[in-house]
Amino acid sequence: MIRTALLVAAKDLRIERRSRVLLWQVVPFGVMALLLSGLALGPTRAGHSSAAPGLFYLVVVLVTLLMVNRSHAVESTPGTRASVATLGLDPAGVFLGKALALCVELWLTGAVLLAGSVLFLHTALHATLVALPGIAVTLGALAGAGTLYGALTSGAVVSATLLPVLCLPAFAPLLIAGERSYSAALYGGARMEWWVLTVVALAAYLCLGILLYGVLEES
Amino acid sequence: MGDESASVARLRDAVVLANGFPLLSGVDLDLEPGSLSVVVGANGAGKTSLLRLLAGLAGLSAGAGTVLGVDLATGDRRQLRRRVGWLGHEGSFYDDLTVRENLSFCARALALSTDQLDVVLARVGLERRADTTTKQLSAGQRRRLGLAWLLLRRPELWLLDEPYASLDDEGRTFFDDLLGEVVARGASVVVSAHDPLRSARLAPRTLTMSGGRIVEVAP
Repeated sequence: MIRTALLVAAKDLRIERRSRVLLWQVVPFGVMALLLSGLALGPTRAGHSSAAPGLFYLVVVLVTLLMVNRSHAVESTPGTRASVATLGLDPAGVFLGKALALCVELWLTGAVLLAGSVLFLHTALHATLVALPGIAVTLGALAGAGTLYGALTSGAVVSATLLPVLCLPAFAPLLIAGERSYSAALYGGARMEWWVLTVVALAAYLCLGILLYGVLEES
Repeated sequence: MGDESASVARLRDAVVLANGFPLLSGVDLDLEPGSLSVVVGANGAGKTSLLRLLAGLAGLSAGAGTVLGVDLATGDRRQLRRRVGWLGHEGSFYDDLTVRENLSFCARALALSTDQLDVVLARVGLERRADTTTKQLSAGQRRRLGLAWLLLRRPELWLLDEPYASLDDEGRTFFDDLLGEVVARGASVVVSAHDPLRSARLAPRTLTMSGGRIVEVAP
């Protein structure tokens, strides 16, 4: 399973590095959305608003949906799907590999967006660095949930519409926990319980994905 | 089901449904080891569905069947898929990976050695395109890449869906010669084709399909 996961993750990251969809489409979109959020708050309020963590995660959700769609689109052409199916890859390994690749991509995008938050929303740099571990775990959990729901919708004709509809309820607890944790790092408050909640959600989505990904692929 | 050990594939009254619509209905088929069969028929006759069933890519809705000893109704189709070679009429590989990377990924997925990778690329005439991304290949070159993968893999059962599409005369002749070699080595091959003349040149056994049924077996 681990061997398959590493193989699939390396393949997905290589495809991403070569196609540069992340670099030229997803990251600019995220930065633009963050910039617009800062503009919407206004130059005076942006530096003093407690909305920064929520806006950061709002943009993270949008880029996550784009990246999940992309992650499954590379597998979804009929010929590729059939050919890869004849490799008989362990579905649990495929899930972990795709989730790992998505997680790495989200971490890279998240780093850029956090820098954008410091620039456009005037969040404190030191507090942002303190929030990093919690954000990293939240992005990992989003990658796990997104990969699972991406598999669920990838065969559907209306997958682009279905994916956000199905993902948002699954993402909601992660976003709340992530936002609370980030807010606590910026403005003070308890972070540990939110962090634990996110770790539990990450473990739950990984377990679900390992168990269900094969069934979703076959269906 | 009789003596299944001597048969590569055996179908009895096989039915495949998709959303209630019969893609195959009442198909009987026996494939012997080292045989070359050509399936001909008009568009929608069921050629691709038959090959997908034999590859374990489609499930049996009714009837009975075994392929390479795996029961299509109750057996592990994922294990079956690992043993068949599939060349679909669509593109079969990741567009943003190079020829070499695609083959290497597939070989590693099946824990095969990549020592022969350059040899098979030279065999199909793609040695100078090894570091070209697949999306830059012509349709005919993609066919050859698919063939390279099958040569590297050496499956027991080759299932080729419209392999002559997009090939020039030289490519078709090359394909014919290669399939002859494969059969001589003891593998079984099933090819779907539109052109009855091609089938007559290629194989002594032609299966004619219409309306999801095999309506004629010649000779």
